Amino acid sequence: MSIWPEEQQVVTAEGDLDTVDMTVNVGPQHPATHGVFRMVLTVDGELVVDCEPYIGYLHRGLEKLSENADYRQAMGWWDRTDYLAGMCCEGAYTMAVEKLAGIEVPERAEYIRVIMMELSRINSHFMFLGAFGADVGSFGTSFVYAWRERERIYDLFEEVAGDRMFPTYFRIGGVTMDLPDNFESRCRWVLGSIRQGLEDFDGLLTGNEVFVERCRGLTPVTPEQAIQWGFTGPMLRATGVPWDIRKAEPYSVYPKIDFEIPVGIQGDVFDRFHVRLAECYQSVRIIEQCLEEMPEGRVLAPKLPKTLRINDGELYMPTEGTKGEYGVYLMAKGGTNPYRAKLRSPSFCNLSALKELVVGSYVADAIIILGSLDIVLGEVDK
Amino acid sequence: MTDLPFGEVFFGLSWLDAIIRIVIVVLVMTLVVVYLTYGERKVVARFQMRLGPTRTGPAGLLQGFADAIKLLIKEDVRPRNADRWVFEFAPYLTFIPVFLVLVALPFAQDWGVRNLALGMFFVFAVLGLNIVGVLMAGLGSGNKYALLGGVRAAAQMISYEIPLVVALLAVAMVAGTLDLNAIVSMQDSRPFILIQPLAFVIFVTAMLSELHRAPFDIPVAESEIVGGYFVEYSGIRWSMFQLAEYAALWAFSIFGSAIFLGGWQFPFGDDWGWGWQLVLTLIKSLIMIMLIFWVRATLPRLRMDQLMSFCWKALIEVSFALLLVNGLFLFYEWPQEILAIVNWVGAILFLGGIYLRAARKPSTKNLVGSYKHAEVPNP
Repeated sequence: MSIWPEEQQVVTAEGDLDTVDMTVNVGPQHPATHGVFRMVLTVDGELVVDCEPYIGYLHRGLEKLSENADYRQAMGWWDRTDYLAGMCCEGAYTMAVEKLAGIEVPERAEYIRVIMMELSRINSHFMFLGAFGADVGSFGTSFVYAWRERERIYDLFEEVAGDRMFPTYFRIGGVTMDLPDNFESRCRWVLGSIRQGLEDFDGLLTGNEVFVERCRGLTPVTPEQAIQWGFTGPMLRATGVPWDIRKAEPYSVYPKIDFEIPVGIQGDVFDRFHVRLAECYQSVRIIEQCLEEMPEGRVLAPKLPKTLRINDGELYMPTEGTKGEYGVYLMAKGGTNPYRAKLRSPSFCNLSALKELVVGSYVADAIIILGSLDIVLGEVDK
Repeated sequence: MTDLPFGEVFFGLSWLDAIIRIVIVVLVMTLVVVYLTYGERKVVARFQMRLGPTRTGPAGLLQGFADAIKLLIKEDVRPRNADRWVFEFAPYLTFIPVFLVLVALPFAQDWGVRNLALGMFFVFAVLGLNIVGVLMAGLGSGNKYALLGGVRAAAQMISYEIPLVVALLAVAMVAGTLDLNAIVSMQDSRPFILIQPLAFVIFVTAMLSELHRAPFDIPVAESEIVGGYFVEYSGIRWSMFQLAEYAALWAFSIFGSAIFLGGWQFPFGDDWGWGWQLVLTLIKSLIMIMLIFWVRATLPRLRMDQLMSFCWKALIEVSFALLLVNGLFLFYEWPQEILAIVNWVGAILFLGGIYLRAARKPSTKNLVGSYKHAEVPNP
């Protein structure tokens, strides 16, 4: 038996066997790390005494690539940061460029964008709900429940943009093309099915004694701690702080839309789950309002330059991504490329508190705490 | 051992007879295991809005054989830092006890490998040996996930053995015998689930734990320790573990249906031939297995400490109380009907307590109503 090195197999003078902390490597290939994330846990029996996260397995050099590409060319890479919600990332990048270049976007395009971004948000949250259920151990049932609605949303994306995961549907100045004719009725049907899916999740997980027993009271985070650690998005709202960029620094047509910010009570794992579940209902509300209020008209701004050149300027565009504050920083010094592009990725900031959250919990809890952070490795590693 | 369908002893040789019986049981068992895995995949697939296996044979019926062939021709990998003998013998030590249990199970009237006078005791004793193989697999693999899984399995199985045995002892007290055939025979008009419902609840709970089934599948948790003690096994050795797991599932189901659901006896009595009795046993064991699959498709997993506290703080107390109550009723010869009523009350209180614990948790509907409108703080 050579699990431990020889020198660690300590036997004390009295003859009692001394216990040794064991190092358990979780990831980068592990079913619970949601991608290629690795954490090295030091465990004392079932108790985690130390946690060392390692990231960078999915680093693709997004920021540098963007600096070497045309403003329009770079868009496809931004899709691939938060790959569960491609439209949200596109939205953040295009809005940043438009704001920097001073381009006005037609109102219809803004409404279409909001619909797409909210569908993406639901898509991402469903992925969380399903994967989190699997982390807690529901043998894939929650996962498949989530997949049903996700497939319907992806079908909608395919119909609208021609692609499912990485649509690259937005353009600087609007969106590629108008919605297909039957979009409204199709979208309303999908929304109905999403509502049904959320009810199913409620029944499967929220009211489940075992699930609540596992999640309730696990690693509660106070609002002060959350702000100190740089939490944003559902992680921050779970602690009870109603901070949402869509309300705090509104962009696009969000100011015209009536929706609420679900907040948690004590910021524990259950609240993080619950806030995301409740946010899906709000997203459905937003999409329904958009479908009603959407005006007719152009979807792409007229008289766009063939090659976009932006003179000196810099700007930080915060948007409410699915995981938190998805901020795009762009600096232009003339020319067709940005001089500097920077992504403030919410998953990365939320993940940085992992050690504080995990140390002192059980191994089984470490897995669901990591799951509750809802990280996307494309966004963490950029 | 008089009315055996194949005569009293095959070919007049007792050792040959024993071998033939065991070969028949092992072959039948292997076939059953193949179709249990198929059945589980189909049933769970329907729970998850999927189809399950459909490609191999009609409705995927040959999927189990395809899997078996694949496992047989797979490379048998042994990690370099595994302890060779411990690693290689562990699968047999989980596999053999489970198949030994079949010796005592009553499939039909006097229709088993052997009719043991202490059948129930034999089943406990032999199933308890299973754990040695599991622990050996965990320790010998040289893998930390396997180690965690093995130790978890050991702790869990030792703990849940107590309520399991005590609950069944309570039934044995009422029955007055440990002979499984005799226990089945006395359930001709009313199965023991009607007289001892609380024992049945405890039995099913502890059975789920002994079988490492959800919500007690902690030793084999996929999302935490990636399969637990058999993470390093592949090919034929891995399939030994699977065989043992599903064989134990079926053995427990037959055992449970014999003790609580009336086995081959209820509701037709022993007038019907052994063929119908076999069918009855099969149907009852499939009902039990269906219950297990249903729970598996629905419930998430408990944590180790919650599992332990549920066992030591709830199940053991309830099972000892049951033993005490049954003892009192038998000692003072109070009527059995009142004992049954007391047991029903106990079972309803136990399940109701669990339900109420779940019901007082907040539901999303309550939280959806408690949204605050955004009052954006000034950062």
